[in-house]
Amino acid sequence: MSTTFLGFIQQVINGLTLGSIYALIAIGYTMVYGIIGMINFAHGEIYMIGSYVGVLVLTALTLLGLQSVPLMLLLTLVVSILVTSAYGWTVERLAYRPLRGSPRLAPLISAIGMSIFLQNYVMLGQGARDISMQPLIAGGWRFGAEGGFQVYLSYMQVLIAVVTVIFMALLTLYISRSRMGRACRACAEDREMANLLGIDTDRVISLTFVLGAALAAVAGVLVGLYYGKINPFIGFVAGIKAFTAAVLGGIGSIPGAMLGGIVLGLTESFASAYLSTQYKDVVAFGLLVLVLLFRPTGLLGKPDVEKV
Amino acid sequence: MTLKRRLPEALSMSLLTALLTLPVLGVHLQVEGLKVALQGDARPVCIAMTAVFLARLFQEPLKQAYSWLNLGRLLPGPQRLATYRTPLLTLLVGAALIWPFFASRGAVDVATLSLIYVMLGLGLNIVVGYAGLLDLGYVAFYAVGAYSYALLAQNFGLGFWECLPVSVAMTATAGCLLGFPVLRLRGDYLAIVTLGFGEIVYLLLNNLDSLTGGPDGVKNIPKPTFFGLEFAREPSTPGGVTFHRFFGLDYRGGDVVIFLFLLALVLVLFILFVIDRLIRMPIGRAWEALREDELACVSLGLNPTVIKLSAFTLGASFGGFAGAFFAARQGFINPESFTFIESAIVLAIVVLGGMGSQIGVILAAVALTVLPEVARQFQEYRMLAFGLVMILMMIWRPQGLLPASRPRLELPQ
Repeated sequence: MSTTFLGFIQQVINGLTLGSIYALIAIGYTMVYGIIGMINFAHGEIYMIGSYVGVLVLTALTLLGLQSVPLMLLLTLVVSILVTSAYGWTVERLAYRPLRGSPRLAPLISAIGMSIFLQNYVMLGQGARDISMQPLIAGGWRFGAEGGFQVYLSYMQVLIAVVTVIFMALLTLYISRSRMGRACRACAEDREMANLLGIDTDRVISLTFVLGAALAAVAGVLVGLYYGKINPFIGFVAGIKAFTAAVLGGIGSIPGAMLGGIVLGLTESFASAYLSTQYKDVVAFGLLVLVLLFRPTGLLGKPDVEKV
Repeated sequence: MTLKRRLPEALSMSLLTALLTLPVLGVHLQVEGLKVALQGDARPVCIAMTAVFLARLFQEPLKQAYSWLNLGRLLPGPQRLATYRTPLLTLLVGAALIWPFFASRGAVDVATLSLIYVMLGLGLNIVVGYAGLLDLGYVAFYAVGAYSYALLAQNFGLGFWECLPVSVAMTATAGCLLGFPVLRLRGDYLAIVTLGFGEIVYLLLNNLDSLTGGPDGVKNIPKPTFFGLEFAREPSTPGGVTFHRFFGLDYRGGDVVIFLFLLALVLVLFILFVIDRLIRMPIGRAWEALREDELACVSLGLNPTVIKLSAFTLGASFGGFAGAFFAARQGFINPESFTFIESAIVLAIVVLGGMGSQIGVILAAVALTVLPEVARQFQEYRMLAFGLVMILMMIWRPQGLLPASRPRLELPQ
């Protein structure tokens, strides 16, 4: 096999890893947008908090002398999900619920304020510098001829893919099968009508924030483990990227967010390999602009008709 | 009785607070070389828990006390403000003209900075306040203005006064070019796209080393001159005349600071005048109409793209004004002055002052730049407070501290 082809495979692997992370965060944007039609700007910060909680719990467990890696991973995920869900719920309660029914700009500005607040709150609590940690899971497989270009697939990348698929499957099941999931879909269809038919829409809205935050926590924990380095500013760029992914796939659509995340991850990975690393963000934002211009409904979205 | 009923709720909220604050404020990550250690700190968590517990427990009495205080009453309403507008402005401008000659150099410098934010605030106010388009990448235009002046001065040796119209024109062009494709988008999409543009401009400034100097930025940007008279001890070009020689004064280093302040004041007044005229013109009315109801505007035959584009371009060009002046004042610029935080600060100014209210925006800009300078020991809490202010303002007083007045007639009942 030629080096070019192996290099391509390597970029696909890296892109899928990155894309899984984006997809997990993007779901939070897309669900909230689908139901209340606003961009939850603070979602990127929730992901960042999830990442911090993950590092904290892992450090604490290591200090306690826990040896089993799967158990540590599970505990970290559970605690991180618990804390960020609480954040998701509180953010909605404090910053968005009082503004329901006000002009469109008001919740958006409030969300930006919340995002700035959370970023600086974590910065005050944990400091602005990078926090690095020992890799929990090291090593991986190498494919390709000895001495030539080898494709590297780390165990961590496999773990990210597996965990992402598990959580996506759980979410899909929950949304399609459970009672609350059905209420969620009804609210996305027509919130007023759902309310008239006896669905507690406020509870559904809270639930979407909690679910989105939980998936963001998973992404945060995985990113912390993958890169081994976090700081309070990771939420901002990851937030815009994940939003791009959500728009790319069609905002409001959950499968769309998954697809959009993967497409964006691949694009970024190819851009940094074949164009330049410095401009990978420019490519990602450029992609967002292009999608909004030529296909504002995204890949899987439904056209949005404005009604009087 | 009611207290007893509120107790479980207050307790659970307090527990929630513990869950929220513990991982961020309660446990600190300590990095020592390769090892990461944890350090507990129970105090902030306990304080937060107690505060939330008491607030929830005494929610009713607190609410009553709040409505009794009626803080909103203390602030002037739109009608009362309109009557005081002209005398207030005259007084402010008069005071600002005399003040720098008696104030300290540092104070004048801070005041100049706040005037830059006034320019930015007024510019963004057109876009966000009047036209209702949320622009989160306003800093991009500020950067275009600053860099176009800096690069023109560096590469072609032009002065401030030749460059000012050029950089304003360039910023307006940039605004038009960016605005043209994105203005068809709905409100929140626009916010994200402009945010993306702001980031793209920042990344380009940082990475186009050959043009912008990359992270090092541009140095030795010339200061503005007073009708060709330089503010320096010695003229920089042979045969040039300096300000103090021409007027036969002693050289004082503070002169240039005062001159920059007065220049900023003139620019602000110019912007204020232009905007004041614009909003009375049909185009200004169209901006506000569009903000209130786009669908109705379209039905009445207004072209939304053209109207939005004009607001976007004008807002951008005032950003360019501020940028060019900023570059001239600093004498040195690099991409770090043009991050998202700047956009957020300008947005906070517009929101706090009252969207669409000129006086409100001016006072908010002055307050938000002077307060952090006065309270230097709270520097690290600055952005935290900005975020909080944006949320609270939206909930408590979405129209801003000094809301815009709008002429209206009501039929007598």
